[in-house]
Amino acid sequence: MTTFVPTTAAEVLSTVAWAAAEDSPLEILGHGSKRGIGRPQQSEHTLDLSRLSGVMLYEPAELVLSAKAGTPLAEIESLLAENGQQLAFEPMDYGPLLGGEPARGTIGGALAANLSGPRRLKAGAARDHILGIAAVSGRGEAFKSGGRVVKNVTGYDLSKLMANSWGTLAVLTDVTFKVLPAAETEVTLAIRGLLDDHAAAAMALALGSSAEVSSAAHLPERVAARVAGGSLGSDAATLLRIEGFGPSVAYRIAALKDLLKNAGPLQEISGSVSYSVWRDVRDCAPFADGSERPVWRVSMAPSRGHQMVLALRMQAPVDAFYDWQGGLIWLRMQQDDPEAGLLRGLIRRHGGGHATLVRATPSHRAAVPVFEPQAPQLAALSARLKAEFDPKNILNPGRMAPGASSATLAPATEGGAQ
Amino acid sequence: MSGLAMPKPDDATMRRRDEIVADMRIMVPGEGVVDAANAMRAFESDGLTAYRQLPLVVVLPQTVAQVSRVLKYCSDRNIRVVPRGSGTSLSGGALPLEDAVLLVMSRFNRILEIDFQNRVVVAQPGVTNLGITTAVEQEGFYYAPDPSSQIACSIGGNVAENSGGVHCLKYGLTANNVLGIEMVLMNGEVVRLGGSHLDAEGYDLLGVMTGSEGLLGVVTEVTVRILKKPETARALLIGFPTSEQAGQCVADIIGAGIIPGGMEMMDRPAIHAAEDFVQAGYPLDVEALLIVELDGPGVEVDHLIGLVEAIAFRNGSTTCRTSQSEQERLSFWAGRKAAFPAVGRISPDYYCMDGTIPRKELPRVLAGMRELSEKYGLGVANVFHAGDGNLHPLILYDANVPGELDKAESFGADILRLCVKVGGVLTGEHGVGVEKRDLMPEMFNQIDLDQQMRVKCAFDPNHLLNPGKVFPQLRRCAELGRMHVHRGQVAFPDIPRF
Repeated sequence: MTTFVPTTAAEVLSTVAWAAAEDSPLEILGHGSKRGIGRPQQSEHTLDLSRLSGVMLYEPAELVLSAKAGTPLAEIESLLAENGQQLAFEPMDYGPLLGGEPARGTIGGALAANLSGPRRLKAGAARDHILGIAAVSGRGEAFKSGGRVVKNVTGYDLSKLMANSWGTLAVLTDVTFKVLPAAETEVTLAIRGLLDDHAAAAMALALGSSAEVSSAAHLPERVAARVAGGSLGSDAATLLRIEGFGPSVAYRIAALKDLLKNAGPLQEISGSVSYSVWRDVRDCAPFADGSERPVWRVSMAPSRGHQMVLALRMQAPVDAFYDWQGGLIWLRMQQDDPEAGLLRGLIRRHGGGHATLVRATPSHRAAVPVFEPQAPQLAALSARLKAEFDPKNILNPGRMAPGASSATLAPATEGGAQ
Repeated sequence: MSGLAMPKPDDATMRRRDEIVADMRIMVPGEGVVDAANAMRAFESDGLTAYRQLPLVVVLPQTVAQVSRVLKYCSDRNIRVVPRGSGTSLSGGALPLEDAVLLVMSRFNRILEIDFQNRVVVAQPGVTNLGITTAVEQEGFYYAPDPSSQIACSIGGNVAENSGGVHCLKYGLTANNVLGIEMVLMNGEVVRLGGSHLDAEGYDLLGVMTGSEGLLGVVTEVTVRILKKPETARALLIGFPTSEQAGQCVADIIGAGIIPGGMEMMDRPAIHAAEDFVQAGYPLDVEALLIVELDGPGVEVDHLIGLVEAIAFRNGSTTCRTSQSEQERLSFWAGRKAAFPAVGRISPDYYCMDGTIPRKELPRVLAGMRELSEKYGLGVANVFHAGDGNLHPLILYDANVPGELDKAESFGADILRLCVKVGGVLTGEHGVGVEKRDLMPEMFNQIDLDQQMRVKCAFDPNHLLNPGKVFPQLRRCAELGRMHVHRGQVAFPDIPRF
């Protein structure tokens, strides 16, 4: 067991080239804040990128920032904040949910996991903001893709290919992101006491208006008490975030209040409380309970999420809350069994989507596909891509799909093949 | 065709043309197969009209099963296929090959689902970009990316090219507005990526497919997100004595935290050509003209107009008008939107380029372009998506003058080299196609290009789908697949520690 701690892209290249020559798998690590996500690996060595760190270029007027992949996300976010800017995709912090420290994680990890947050509805995810990368493939080849400008269709977008690849295709060395102005003002309108289906209707109404709602979450009864230090109380809270310039926010909040005047009791939340509510929704704080009880991250068409959850509740005790207008469902199982087959079957019956088992014991993560099993043709295509970039299967082997021996693609053990 | 090498036609395929046409008629019955030379003329080029080539046969399938069958048939027999949407590509992405089936997706022209609850539309790929907005505008919604060919260009083609438009500064490109696709691989397999949910699972193949220029798969269905129309939109028309001042104004607007719905710049030749053509009321005594459009609730737009006016004044604007009516806003845009045909009036032909640069490099690039213009003896007019640095130099030439097309192309290539040199890229939204194919090494080294070709190998290992586009030189996938590392020959025979 050796841990490589490169400080330059050239050192990353020689490490990966060595590992490829030796057929020696590497676990690719930033701060390790998301290490517990994915199938458990048995990599011989670790490639720790935490010292490949530093912002290389930041030009606020050009809305662009380049950094080495191991640069702490927190460092980048505070640099941007000093200039009134932000990563608009609002990358979540998995640390607290997975029992780690808060505010860890690197900018490379944010892309590799395609992080996003409550602003997903309006601003997209890391994939929507990445402009360019430099990386080392599992063949031990250093390559670049994209650039530092927003509009670029020169060649295939390999930068996006890195999003949600969890370090299985290439080791990122540099990343360049689009950055955007941070909103001047943020106000949240909460509708209190709604059941899930009423909340879904209210959120759809709000998002279908011209109020430019940037985030919409629903915290059912009791879950609401677990955000912002309990300041919301325990009644269900359906949250609509409005961001922008002061006069515009005031106008749109007024318009939303008028639109939703019959939906339920309305409450306006501003300032630091609004900020911490959305930070806690982003980080799945309600389920950051220090346990290893299974937590699922489910993505579905927004209007279908609550129907699936209702059906699931009939068969398994779960806690749930919703972000993205109901399209992102966080589920915590009340018992030890992740109930993967049941959940994935219900998702298929409610219009499709996918479920990721983001928290579970290592034994469950070894036994249950953590990432949604794909239809056979798509799984085969993904495996061919993996084989092109990492033919010896040395980069995070087995983390996303079963390892090399089955890279030609065993259909999923449960659920996937339809 | 000016010296562009395309893949050598396959003799075996050419010899079997009659048999292939007959088989296509069985697979796509009815009016779906066109093989007469005069009828195929309509398909011999796309928006890059300098290049023309009749295909082997034109096939217009109507169902996914037909697409799958045709592709599998071609895959099994090593026959090349060029996919085509509406044929509006400005880079030759849909240029036919002599030995290739031209697969035209225009009969896939239905909207399949409109879902206002989730704000998505599911459309067949031949639906036009504007057709999506038309289908939802009665409810106050629209589809945001708006390439200037939006009346004609297809949504499937938008996916293939990752199309932009003047509104993509604020609302994103096609890649940011497509949630899912169904596609057929060259081997005939049907694959679905994403759907009505917000993020697709697994590797971001949707991201890779978007902008892949028809080399990876044939899109048979597209799910896009739609947005509620902003309550109001108003535009400012701002003139500057120098392009430096206009560029600084753009930087300061963004520096103030304002992302306008659109922000366009025109240089003096473009301003004059447009004004002569449509009489938009543009000032003629300025070097650079900015159109800044702000959209949203009226109160927000009014607030931002005040801020932008102050920024323009600080940067030395000599004229600044704000639209007072929808009619006036449209008149501001009329000149910009007519810029291409307007330039077409002052020159027998023009060649439209598409580089992107870091915005701050604009003065340097404009100066470089003036030098090149003198060197080549050809005029150039510039329209510029100022917010995102996407330049559209229009090179003026006369195709009837021997050698001028070649000169224009060399001029264009030099402009793109300049863009890359200052930190920009070869193409912002028009695609590489055949046009910029041979310039790819200006931006990428062989290892970079190899990684892109490896993606191609995962999708289409025999290079049958749209060959001759994007990549300057095709390398066989078997050759690309070899690993060139050997035990004991790398830098660190022992375990390195840093």
